[in-house]
Amino acid sequence: MAVITASRAHRGPNRLRRRIGDNLQAYLFLAAGLASFALFSWYPLVKGVILSFQQDNLVVPPYWVGLDNFRALFADPLFFTAWRNTLEFTGLALVFGYAVPFVVAMVINEFRHLKGYFRIAVYLPVMLPPIVSVLLWQYFYDPGSGLFNSVLESLHLPTSDWTQSPKMAMISLVLVSTWSNMGGATIMYLAGLSTIPSELYEAAELDGASVWQRVRHVTLPQMRFVLLVLLLLQIIATMQVFVEPYQLTGTTNEETITVMVLIYRYAFTVNNDFGLAAAMSVLLFVVLAAFSAVYLRLTRNAD
Amino acid sequence: MTVTTPSPARGRAPAPTPPATSPRTARRRPPARRTAATRTLISDADLNRGRGRLVYRVTLVTMAVLFALIFIFPLYWMITGAVKSPVELAQPTPTLIPQTWHPETYAEAWTKLQIGRFLLNTAFYTVGGWLIQLVVDVAAAYALSKLRPILGKLVLGMMLASLMLPAAALLVPSYLTVVDVPIFGVNLLNTPWALWLPGAANAFNIYVLKRFFDQIPGELIDAASIDGAGRFRTLWSVVLPLSRPVLSVVSIFAIVGAWKDFLWPLLVLRDPEAQTISVALSRLSFTGYVTQNEMFAGLAIASLPMIVIFMIFQRGILSGLSAGALKG
Repeated sequence: MAVITASRAHRGPNRLRRRIGDNLQAYLFLAAGLASFALFSWYPLVKGVILSFQQDNLVVPPYWVGLDNFRALFADPLFFTAWRNTLEFTGLALVFGYAVPFVVAMVINEFRHLKGYFRIAVYLPVMLPPIVSVLLWQYFYDPGSGLFNSVLESLHLPTSDWTQSPKMAMISLVLVSTWSNMGGATIMYLAGLSTIPSELYEAAELDGASVWQRVRHVTLPQMRFVLLVLLLLQIIATMQVFVEPYQLTGTTNEETITVMVLIYRYAFTVNNDFGLAAAMSVLLFVVLAAFSAVYLRLTRNAD
Repeated sequence: MTVTTPSPARGRAPAPTPPATSPRTARRRPPARRTAATRTLISDADLNRGRGRLVYRVTLVTMAVLFALIFIFPLYWMITGAVKSPVELAQPTPTLIPQTWHPETYAEAWTKLQIGRFLLNTAFYTVGGWLIQLVVDVAAAYALSKLRPILGKLVLGMMLASLMLPAAALLVPSYLTVVDVPIFGVNLLNTPWALWLPGAANAFNIYVLKRFFDQIPGELIDAASIDGAGRFRTLWSVVLPLSRPVLSVVSIFAIVGAWKDFLWPLLVLRDPEAQTISVALSRLSFTGYVTQNEMFAGLAIASLPMIVIFMIFQRGILSGLSAGALKG
């Protein structure tokens, strides 16, 4: 406090010089961060938008093509396939990766024993590098000697071609993805559940509410915020799915090609067309930014 | 996490312990006797009644077994799969315990797949990225929180706006930026910088750090400057020692994130010599050069560092995760 009043007492050029000095020092501390943001966040954002109106393949200098990239996208049947697949993945992932962890978290939360065990076990796969989970499951899915089919056979149940069958491929991808990610959602649900005041449950019980009614009228309303935030996070994350389709079914499989895989393919494998890939990224960005905006709004208001 | 610790402010007074009992025996009271602060959907009374008790026991055991089967068994399969012979792995009936033991597969995989090199690469990228991220983000957060420069709010706002940019949407332009960095005109492909520089400034970390620094009383900072400490000295000797909890949370997530990253390293580390273990394992899996048991060994080795970190820091990781996600 003393310093502030003392500095206020100073008037004139001395004070100005001091303020300039303070700001210089502050920006010196900020310099590295600002440079990194400028180069790898703000600049690429602008560059991505510009790129989407350009032809660029790193061979000839980029030139303007107007809306040609977007026209090319809409003319490519794969574009719609990729979006349909991505939505299918996101939808399935919401069933498996969003709803199931909530039920699991509610059940675990009721347990008086082994809480640590449940929390650690469910989070263990999250710690694995994603490619490890996917490669491991690749061996489980193997139609010949894979674990899943071996177990199904020994139980005299029908086997499946898993990632190789058009009907099962997407579900197989979602299953791996859910296995490796559901720990995060479960832990966040558990944290949310632990903040619900017990008085509410007690009051509901005294009013004669059944367990189911307590879930409906206490747990769900109290968890509304957490449920909403996780819904948005799930959508944002699953719409960018890449590792699973890339590793399990490759970049050419029409059953499972997703938006991210198609961006990768446009830019780095088949077409080598950065403009086309950038146009697709811009579309993905517009969709995801809407969800992100809602998410940021929600979380900032929560403070 | 202190989920089961009754909070004295809210719950009833702690149960008086007889003076004879040591703290150890006091902690070993029946788990079903909990205080009001922790009751959930179903009350203890419900669980202790005859039928409730049975249902509880059955659900608990079922869930415990299911969790072991679903989440732990695949890891067991990976670790033991490596020591089985290729013939055993290929046979139609899976064996729970390896019939023949070949622990040497781990050593073979280590040399044949050059796992040592890839692990070292990954560790180098991870540790370097973590240190750079910490230095850059702490400095930025300190400036924004305690030095409050003009336009500081705008800078923070623009940084936070970048959180709305999904990494996926920036993939192509970021790649082109790395290939030819503006102003500097260098190509960072296949260098550690391609991973370090884009990750250096992390808006989420800066925000979390800034909010923590905001809580450090201004009086402490003023006292330090009266004592003649400069800005850097204040950061180093006053702010950082007080910020250990938030620094460790930020660190763990930086390290885990870097270790798990796949798509970006896949793009910018095309040179096999420079690759991370994730990218290398994926590349090797497409070649047919690796047998299944060798691949299992590779996967197990690749997971080990993160699992060790998790076992050591699981409390911090799990609580940091819930705090960061819900309040960040």
